[in-house]
Amino acid sequence: MAVHIASDALSISAPTTRLNTGKSSFEVEDLTVAYNSRPALWDVDLRVPEGVLMAIVGPNGAGKSTLIKAALGLIPRAAGEARFFGKSYEQARQLVGYVPQRGSVDWDFPTTVLDVVMMGRYGRLGWLRRPTKRDRDAALAALEQVGLSAFAKRQISQLSGGQQQRTFLARALVQEAQLYFMDEPFAAVDAVTERAIVTLLQTLRANNKTVIVVHHDLQTVPEYFDWVTLLNVEIIATGPVSETFTDENLHRTYGGRVGALTAAPEAAGA
Amino acid sequence: MGAHRFSDEITTSLQRVAFEKSVSWVVAGAILLIVAVPLFSIEWTHTLRTVVLGGAVLGVVCGALGSFAVLRQQSLLGDALAHTALPGIAIAFLVSGRSLPALLLGAGVAGWIGVLLIRALTTTTRLKQDSAMAIVLSSFFALGLALLAYIQGRGDASQAGLKSFIFGQAAAIVERDVVVLALVGGAVLLVMIAFWKEFKLITFDPEFAHTVVLRARAIDLVLSLLIVIAIVLGLQLAGVVLMVGMLIAPAVAARQFTSRMEPMVLLAAALGGLAGGGGAFVSGLDAGLPTGPLIVVAAVSLAFVALAVAPGRGVIWTWLAERRDRRNFAAQNVLSDLYRHCLSHDDPMQITDESMLVNLRGDAARIALRQLQREGLVHGDGRLWRLTNAGVDAARRLEM
Repeated sequence: MAVHIASDALSISAPTTRLNTGKSSFEVEDLTVAYNSRPALWDVDLRVPEGVLMAIVGPNGAGKSTLIKAALGLIPRAAGEARFFGKSYEQARQLVGYVPQRGSVDWDFPTTVLDVVMMGRYGRLGWLRRPTKRDRDAALAALEQVGLSAFAKRQISQLSGGQQQRTFLARALVQEAQLYFMDEPFAAVDAVTERAIVTLLQTLRANNKTVIVVHHDLQTVPEYFDWVTLLNVEIIATGPVSETFTDENLHRTYGGRVGALTAAPEAAGA
Repeated sequence: MGAHRFSDEITTSLQRVAFEKSVSWVVAGAILLIVAVPLFSIEWTHTLRTVVLGGAVLGVVCGALGSFAVLRQQSLLGDALAHTALPGIAIAFLVSGRSLPALLLGAGVAGWIGVLLIRALTTTTRLKQDSAMAIVLSSFFALGLALLAYIQGRGDASQAGLKSFIFGQAAAIVERDVVVLALVGGAVLLVMIAFWKEFKLITFDPEFAHTVVLRARAIDLVLSLLIVIAIVLGLQLAGVVLMVGMLIAPAVAARQFTSRMEPMVLLAAALGGLAGGGGAFVSGLDAGLPTGPLIVVAAVSLAFVALAVAPGRGVIWTWLAERRDRRNFAAQNVLSDLYRHCLSHDDPMQITDESMLVNLRGDAARIALRQLQREGLVHGDGRLWRLTNAGVDAARRLEM
């Protein structure tokens, strides 16, 4: 812990650092997760400053989703801890929004789009309380924001994949969180949805929210994000896209399997 | 309806859906009425009333909680749970005699142990859930049967009612039992209503629920517990062997008729009450009839009817919708054929021979021509056809 306080002080005193590096929104220390005694994440340390859009990239099985789920307490941690704005998840619950992979639920479930979005309010409502008109209005506003107003009363089984994704995003929006985790929101969506998500990310950043996105498409990382974490069981590199998203780091992450972004791949891609 | 139909296809098909929905509600209501009328012409003895009331109460509780089991995709877990309850019933009887609360407690504890064992087997060994369930279910059930045989061998007069737990026996229900069942069942339903939104969220999206809901693990446990209680309550009526049918069938039937969770649970409770009360009624007429099979036959028939005729989801509805689509598609094709024939002769009033269209499109062309004629898009005598003005417009729009 002492080391981190020191590095905090360091980054504040350094005049060249970015605007946002003062406070961290999300911090992971010594995080290790194992499936059947094989490590899925190994000794991960991560600090994400406030107000950035961060992509987590890495090959399949690199532990990208696992990192989010372990941090949120959805899967057990073998070691380590996660802090949100300096607090434990239980204390910071209201500050954190989550968008799971859309394949994780049964879309034939008997409910409407508006109903699903309202579920984002359940955490603030607490037990035994019914959603009020204010919650409903918030849900409708969120649907408007993702371009699904016309679908509010629709049964969720009638949605396309992209619309399902936007429904989940709207549900996260009504959480009115400061920090969002999104698990592959861009996976297999149509162009309309991709654009809607990008616009949404920018709006969130403009409101100084922090967004952490598990992402697959390396091409769009520099365009959509300003911060990136390269992960392959261990953290390979993390930081601003301009400094971190380099050929060398990508080779180290993907083990030379990626024909990098530039035309001339390095020979030393070990 | 002079204008052509394809442009406002969506509106008309929505109207049609609404119409077909109301028709099927009327049909469902009529069936209910036909079933219900004979009930009023029967002489209601005190015993019969007790038995039917008990059956209906159990049916309502099982129907409501069964909806959650179905939506959580845990139908078979319910089956395993019911079977694993049997040794608990036997042991409770050995300890405290035939008192319903004790028997139910024993059933609940044994069922719970069974579920924990299934979970432990799947997490600590390489067994998949279905194998783990099969192993636990069969071993517990065998143990239960052995214990029952032992109890029977002791020649205890009060053990007579115990065998009814295997296939269910409504006649074994006495007035005091109904009070217990109603109290416990009512409490279960109250808890369900109180935690409605948490239960709904945890059923739809457990992952998200665990990130937003306070003490989600506890809520999850409470919901599982309620399902266990519902199963245990129903055991005396439906029996451990067929209990799963009573739990699942009303929910499956209800799901066919609605696409929202609130009406689904309400309808499942109503259908469960109907099946439970009805099964208990028939079995109450003759003490020799086991209640479980009767109730399950009633509930499962409801589910089958629903799977067949439900608007929007039923097999028949789907078949009709597909046929309609096929016909509309054939009509569009024939309309285009007629239009192209006109174009090739540069005459919008060009007459086309039906046999030519049949050669091109098969017999579907005949049906398609009649449909187009009804919509005022073609004009003809049954052998020779030409487009009407509206037909030319419609075809032109199709070609665009």
